[in-house]
Amino acid sequence: MAEASLAGHLEAHEPETTTGLNHRKVLMWIFLGSECLFFGSLISTYLIYRNRSLVGPFPQDTFDIPYTSVSSFVLLMSSLTMVLALAAAHRRNLAQMRLWLLTTALLGTVFIGGQVYEFTSFVNHGLSLSKNLFGTTFFVLTGFHGAHVTVGVIIMLSLVFNSWRGGIKEGETLGIEIAGLYWHFVDVVWIVIFTVVYLLPY
Amino acid sequence: MSETNAVSSSKESRAVRENLHPGNWEYVQIAVVLAIITGAEVMVYYQEAVRSLIVPILLILSACKFTLVAMFFMHLKFDNRIFSIFFSGPLVLAFAVMMAVLSLFHRVLLGA
Repeated sequence: MAEASLAGHLEAHEPETTTGLNHRKVLMWIFLGSECLFFGSLISTYLIYRNRSLVGPFPQDTFDIPYTSVSSFVLLMSSLTMVLALAAAHRRNLAQMRLWLLTTALLGTVFIGGQVYEFTSFVNHGLSLSKNLFGTTFFVLTGFHGAHVTVGVIIMLSLVFNSWRGGIKEGETLGIEIAGLYWHFVDVVWIVIFTVVYLLPY
Repeated sequence: MSETNAVSSSKESRAVRENLHPGNWEYVQIAVVLAIITGAEVMVYYQEAVRSLIVPILLILSACKFTLVAMFFMHLKFDNRIFSIFFSGPLVLAFAVMMAVLSLFHRVLLGA
């Protein structure tokens, strides 16, 4: 009975498609697939030029692993708050959904703030985009990731703002789900970057 | 008519799948596991004793975290299999291209 009611509810909000799959969700997954190739190319470039800088500063002179580990933890926890926002949306609890979305945006902002601080300290160490191969590949890879996190924070805040204006009704979960997919993708990319760029020995 | 039935049954099966999604407590447990794995990665980084095995250990731990987030937080474990194909296809392609390019550049840069 509950299943039939939930199915009826989904029917009321989502347009029918011949495949039975929502086109917006299909589009987001295809977009994430293309993003795999995009970040794959950036990570490949970083690995190709790894340990090939002729002048310093070198990674081992600049990286602060405990600091970056805390940043990674913050981004991982933002994935938890994102999925809790979606769960709250499924339960039709708009207040909790907004709270978890705002927490996700806050954690994302903390991560970005940490990255800005890290970049600033690297520049103070003499590392810049054009200083050496490490600087070029590192700033391009982590900079693009940071830009993705920033876009994610803007999406979270837009969702909260939209729900306050009444744009998201109780039970409308697709927008939250699609934003969540993007956010979790940004998280999994960081999981790879944290290992490949920061932890693998030089 | 049969198309409408197929769409309706697909929506019902989606509704059933949404009921199968983990609850909040399960999500928190997964996040705790992710945090523990991250801690383990950092510990391994500082352990001189496992220096020779550090690369495979870190890659395996990273792959575990990636899989947990993709399967449970992105709901690939519970969602339609076509989404897994949309995601894993380009992922495998990206990995293959990465291996090919690394192999090629390794040879060129070493003059092999």
